[in-house]
Amino acid sequence: MESDYKVKLEVFEGPLDLLLYLIKKEEVDIYDIPIERITTQYMEYLSLMQLLNLEVAGEFLVMAATLMYIKSRMLLPADQQVTDAEAEEGEDPRWELIRQLVEYKKFKETAVQLGQREEEQANRFTRAGDSGITVDMKEAPLAEVSIFDLIAAFNEVLKKASARDDFHEIYEERFTVSDKIEEILYTMRDHSEIRFMELFMETASRAEVVVTFLALLELIRLKRLRVLQTEAFGEIHVVKVT
Amino acid sequence: MTLELKKIIEAMLFAAERPLTAKEMRAIFAEASDEEQPGAVEPFRNVREAQIVAALEELKVELETQPRAFQLVEIAGGWRLISRGEYAPWLKKLLDEARPHRLSQPSLETLSIIALRQPISRADIAAIRGVEVDGVIKTLLERDLITIVGRNNKVLGRPLLYGTTQRFLEHFGLRSLDDVPKAAELRLQAAALRTAEQKVEEETTHEGTETRDPAQSN
Repeated sequence: MESDYKVKLEVFEGPLDLLLYLIKKEEVDIYDIPIERITTQYMEYLSLMQLLNLEVAGEFLVMAATLMYIKSRMLLPADQQVTDAEAEEGEDPRWELIRQLVEYKKFKETAVQLGQREEEQANRFTRAGDSGITVDMKEAPLAEVSIFDLIAAFNEVLKKASARDDFHEIYEERFTVSDKIEEILYTMRDHSEIRFMELFMETASRAEVVVTFLALLELIRLKRLRVLQTEAFGEIHVVKVT
Repeated sequence: MTLELKKIIEAMLFAAERPLTAKEMRAIFAEASDEEQPGAVEPFRNVREAQIVAALEELKVELETQPRAFQLVEIAGGWRLISRGEYAPWLKKLLDEARPHRLSQPSLETLSIIALRQPISRADIAAIRGVEVDGVIKTLLERDLITIVGRNNKVLGRPLLYGTTQRFLEHFGLRSLDDVPKAAELRLQAAALRTAEQKVEEETTHEGTETRDPAQSN
């Protein structure tokens, strides 16, 4: 794979976002996080992000270490875990993280509601005419997709491609991100919208999947394309920005 | 007299380019009485704030029930006339200027944190969000939604502290910071935390009341 082309997608979402995403996706209780399972998943996403050469913030690695630490403490037999009377030491090792996640989740909910208020206000005008907000999408029934949704979808495609890899070893990998960008734009010349999976219909190898995905990320960054979802964890649609 | 007062207030609101408070209006009534010829203005010289508020409430109901194309709403501590949402398609055309884009999710999250935990430093915001917020802070400052409100002298490096602006309330159509979604709950948590940090031995009543969110609510 030609990896000299580095995609500089700023991952605005942090480790807490990833954890909340996994908790929701796995449908587990935030107050009783199955630390082993979530840690495994977290590490998987982290390695996918590294595979893609995404600029992973250092915070992601710090969180990985925290998860590992909690996991190791949880492995201690019950009688070695100090009980309630002794303050800090006796706490569930997950507690600090849970507290942080719950608080952050609430702020995220506040943010969503503020976003809705902003949208309402965008339609209300005052004397000075400054609602101050531009509604740039006339109607957006689809929700925007988080980077983790994209990575999850990418992982699906990648797994399928890996299964096929055996049969395609002979192909020389000559794909560059720039080529793939052109190709995606060409594919989309007659469509305002296609399904995420359709981008990978013709891809033969793991390497090609990776390059195609990086091209997609670059097009999103360049605001040529947008990705949307009709429901949480639903199918991802790729939409042309006009 | 109430009727008259209400009309004057309506005219003020119509002409104003910002939210007006009852207090401001009272001052205007007094000033007008000083400067103008006595006559029409004189009866309103000593109008009380409570009377103005009553008139505002009455006007608000009137605009709702008639109903007019605009409403009277309380925003950022004041009162303001504002068009109803259904007229947006035409008003947008009429006022088509280059206006700033809507805020991104990271910006909204950061704003939520600043709104409910101000004054707060970048480091403390980053601790809650789990990521750096430098870029976001810059955008929010540029858009006058937040401002620097001071420095924390108790901490090494004396970090700058941020708070939300009047513009923030106007942008989201909020009466006050109490109107921020989940305000009571999220402020309470901070208070509870501070109490714990100070190792105050008294009972913290809020801690036990925290409701368990089902993990997949949202």
